[in-house]
Amino acid sequence: MSATKVSTTVPTKHPPATAKPGKAHAGRPHAAWALPGVLFFAFFAVVPMGVAFYLSFTTWDGLGDPQPVGLDNWQKLINDDRMVQSLWLTVLLTAASWVFQTVVALLLGVWAAGHQRNRAVLSAIFFVPFLLSSTAIALLFYALLDPNFGIIQKNTLGSSSGAFLAIVFVGGWQFIPFHTLIYQGGARQIPDVLYQAAAIDGAGRYRQFFSITLPQLRHTITTSTVLMVVGSLTYFETVLILTKGGPGTDTAILPYLMYEAGFKSYDFGYASAIASFLVVAATGLSLILVRLTGFGGMRSTREGM
Amino acid sequence: MKTEERPTGPPPTRRRRHWTKRANPVAGLGSVLWLAVVIVPIYAMLSASLTSQDKALTGNPLTPPTSPTLDNYNTVLNSGFGHLLSNTAIVAVAVVAIVLTLSVPLAYVAVRTRNRWSGMAFRLFLLGVAIPAQAVVVPLYLLIAKLDLYDSLLAVILPTAAFAMPVSVLVLVGTLRDVSEELYEAMALDGASPQRMLFQLAIPMAKGGISTVVIYSALQAWNGFLFPLIFTQSDGPRVLTLGLFNYVSQFGVNIPALLASVVLSGIPIFAVYLVARRALVGGLMGVGGK
Repeated sequence: MSATKVSTTVPTKHPPATAKPGKAHAGRPHAAWALPGVLFFAFFAVVPMGVAFYLSFTTWDGLGDPQPVGLDNWQKLINDDRMVQSLWLTVLLTAASWVFQTVVALLLGVWAAGHQRNRAVLSAIFFVPFLLSSTAIALLFYALLDPNFGIIQKNTLGSSSGAFLAIVFVGGWQFIPFHTLIYQGGARQIPDVLYQAAAIDGAGRYRQFFSITLPQLRHTITTSTVLMVVGSLTYFETVLILTKGGPGTDTAILPYLMYEAGFKSYDFGYASAIASFLVVAATGLSLILVRLTGFGGMRSTREGM
Repeated sequence: MKTEERPTGPPPTRRRRHWTKRANPVAGLGSVLWLAVVIVPIYAMLSASLTSQDKALTGNPLTPPTSPTLDNYNTVLNSGFGHLLSNTAIVAVAVVAIVLTLSVPLAYVAVRTRNRWSGMAFRLFLLGVAIPAQAVVVPLYLLIAKLDLYDSLLAVILPTAAFAMPVSVLVLVGTLRDVSEELYEAMALDGASPQRMLFQLAIPMAKGGISTVVIYSALQAWNGFLFPLIFTQSDGPRVLTLGLFNYVSQFGVNIPALLASVVLSGIPIFAVYLVARRALVGGLMGVGGK
């Protein structure tokens, strides 16, 4: 972050040299340097994605060779009641998680960006859940929600709304510390002068929050939102350990449905169709988010200052 | 990495006045509430893990254990916990090494080389952030089997590293973008090669981003569950997360032992947190970029 500090002050003193139209590249590295990384990523992520798409047009039980079946899997996907339920559930879970995590993390992050001693101490404690893995956290709440043993002596995970809320809560419990940190970092970088100017203009604390803090955090909100959306589209450990998709199929979100189709029923063709759908949904969503907020455009929040 | 004190910057008095002008009871109450949400489960976990199994079923986990015992921890430690731990450590170190070796030059090219290809590479990774690991497990399973890596640590390491790359590249590009052009030009005047600029200018200036990448990818490796679940099977290459998952069936209703295993799994990262909290927190903050 020390590098960040330097850069935010340097370009204001000199016109940014990067904007020069000249092509006098001062010792530019050869593009081939990027090749190993690109190839590695392509081999283990991009190509498999293509293969998944191909497999979605085949039937394959993991042994022998995949047999082409045309659009069968996709037709099955469209007509599968579980799929419709699962899609709706995934959307609902993503939305609920986003609201829960963003509200808490943004408020805590902005609060923690202050500098009193107690904030530092509390922030250190707030961070502890993030030190456990999703698996460990899912197990912890699996134990704590056990009707015979747990804190709440009720069968929370036995009812569909209880199980759903438990997944939202457990996801939030785990990831809010991380997003709080992101917001804290973002809030720290808001120049103090903005608040001083607002105070001179007579803006109160809440006015300052909505007119300075929130707009200044827009890139942070984008980043955090993309991570949250992609993250909650792929909650898997939590569902597998906490509810196994149950009660019935009431918490079987898309990744869980795919896991069952593939590695429980050995219907890899159908699993691949679900997986392809998941990729399209996740990519589409983040593209929309990135486009809407101009994150890719290398623009700075400091523009015009 | 400044997390609480600010050694440089404006005098603290001015800053402090801005934040504490008047007490904010709503924020205070909110933070206390969240403190309870965080603390109660952790407390219940610790207290239950110290309770013997027969007492745990009758008592409430919120009451402190009357006769604390370490039996549950012994049970877990005698169930191959050390082996799980060392496997996980190997995976984490290997993943960090691969990610750094591949991402740093890549991000450097994306920032410094302005042509269509480097732009495309950058965009590939921007989209890569959105590829869910779940989406590729089926073909990866096929690939891993064909490469004869099934049920080995490499089967976990390689895909985990690949999936840690998009965020790492984005973080590094974000940091390297801030190294000013004048510095490169100054080095170019001295006749420095691109390699020397990378090692003597870009990498030292991007230390913040690099430590973020180290922490992020190490945590990805440490916490990964799906790849070990699908690509390994036997005890040999079993990692911590999968081991925990197996304890559910192994310990059955022995919930105190299960919770003891959860506590033990958190201790290594907790130790790192205690020793290097600033580096860890500051590094993770970097994932959010600017």
